[in-house]
Amino acid sequence: MKQHFMPIISNQQVSSRYWHMVVDSSRLTSPIEPGQFFHIRCSQGSFPFLRRPFSIYRINESTIEFLYLVKGEGTQEMTHLQAGEMLDVVGPLGVGFSLDKSADTILLVARGVGIATLAALAQEAVEKNVKCAAILSARSKDDLLAADLLQGFGAEVYKVTEEDGTSDVANVEEIIRGILKRNKIDGIYTCGSRRLSRLSQNIANEYHIPGEIALEEHMGCAMGACFACVCDVKEDTGVKSVRVCLEGPVFSLEKVVLG
Amino acid sequence: MIAQLNTEIVIGSLKLKNPIMPASGAFGPEMKDAIDFNELGALVPKSITRLPQPGNRTPRVCETTAGMINSIGIQSKGLDYYMKYTIPEFAAYSAPLISSISADSVDEFAEMSEVIGNHPDVDALELNISCPNLKGNGEAFGMNAEVTESLIQAVKNVTDVPLIAKLTPNVTSIQDIALAAEAGGATALNVANTLLAMAIDTESRRPLIGNIMGGFSGPAVKPVIVRMIYQVSQVTNLPIIGCGGIMNGKDALEMIIAGASAVQVGTASFIYPTAMPDILEEIKDYMKRHAIYDINELVGSIQVD
Repeated sequence: MKQHFMPIISNQQVSSRYWHMVVDSSRLTSPIEPGQFFHIRCSQGSFPFLRRPFSIYRINESTIEFLYLVKGEGTQEMTHLQAGEMLDVVGPLGVGFSLDKSADTILLVARGVGIATLAALAQEAVEKNVKCAAILSARSKDDLLAADLLQGFGAEVYKVTEEDGTSDVANVEEIIRGILKRNKIDGIYTCGSRRLSRLSQNIANEYHIPGEIALEEHMGCAMGACFACVCDVKEDTGVKSVRVCLEGPVFSLEKVVLG
Repeated sequence: MIAQLNTEIVIGSLKLKNPIMPASGAFGPEMKDAIDFNELGALVPKSITRLPQPGNRTPRVCETTAGMINSIGIQSKGLDYYMKYTIPEFAAYSAPLISSISADSVDEFAEMSEVIGNHPDVDALELNISCPNLKGNGEAFGMNAEVTESLIQAVKNVTDVPLIAKLTPNVTSIQDIALAAEAGGATALNVANTLLAMAIDTESRRPLIGNIMGGFSGPAVKPVIVRMIYQVSQVTNLPIIGCGGIMNGKDALEMIIAGASAVQVGTASFIYPTAMPDILEEIKDYMKRHAIYDINELVGSIQVD
């Protein structure tokens, strides 16, 4: 949980609602895993007051990338940061995804900004010669920014949107069942939607496929001290409250209690 | 020869090597990766309850202008876990351990204080009689002077360690509560817990906190706390521990000059993990700049014509 100042290489609008930031991470000494996050000060001034958690979109040799949705005051301020300025971060934080390199194919079920979180995992899958099938769900096609990136990784990509009327859970379920018929899926990973997470959980149970979920929650300290970002997980001893920032943000899909 | 700076503060039998300590609820063992606990004036783990309790529904925090509201609800693993794991974990550091206690009744405060206060590794108790997040409408023991006095008296009867009464700012006259705590036998006063507050998302018209109301902290509350430290210091000679919105050394000094012997840092650590050691360095720089070699000279040194 060290604070770092990382030089901003670029910070650009890439669609109507999304921005993309590249920072120089060459001075970070700890390894960064897909699913982990950074706690970021969105402006150099005193507003907004608290840091915001951002998952990592791409992990490169000496840079990392964030793909972020401009949603509130924090992300709005973040768009004003410019190349050459320093990004004030704490991280990398949390527990990332686990990916078995002996897996044949994994299924990614992502919604909205959750696509960015799972894109980092798709990158790791390519590096481990694990194939990917990905369902990307968003409000509009304009929001499906990472689709090309994932296709570039060789992933079999299915895009569903409200715009096209294809993003309802029933349709996504049909697509998933189709994928399962044609592929040997060894892991299901999801992020970004409660409804799709529930669907993924049910499918994972039914087919006995292990899975993981990356959760989002409002955070205070992101160090495990304040107990703001909690969720419930099922353990052998009963339901246990855990901290998303410390014990997560990636949890076993089977164990997490989706409210 | 360069004169040595003395930053030691004495509160009853408690010797703090410096006046900087964490605020309960904003500190945990996980922070050892960011800061050296041995360099703190004291360690104050999150308030403990007798039985395990799950805490409040999420969202538990929201941001406000220059501050935040929280309603965690004292998520707690209970007294047994605390005695077995939390105390030994913090006892490994040289800084004194102040155990913060939360309870549902005067008797429960006494029962828990007897168990925790008599543990050889616990150096003081902070009685959290002021958490705004437990009962309906943010009511707390510390809103009533008579209850405050009898509660501290009951605890005083079962343990000899210094007792720090953590006062609530959500009262008409904090001086009355401070005097009641003193009459009950408190060793020191923590001024203060968070301010009962509320925020609403105008788009959805829903409260931003799952529990509707919560405790307000951060730099926005600091002037209120400085005022209360000053008021309390005018009516009692008990040492005061200032708490509320300290972000830097200047903020800490403001509270010390107003009358606080020590200060607690909470929200600032969420934004700057090294806030506590940084604040101490800034205080030392101030002391050198003003040729004040003993921090005790600064306590309550406000100049009022």
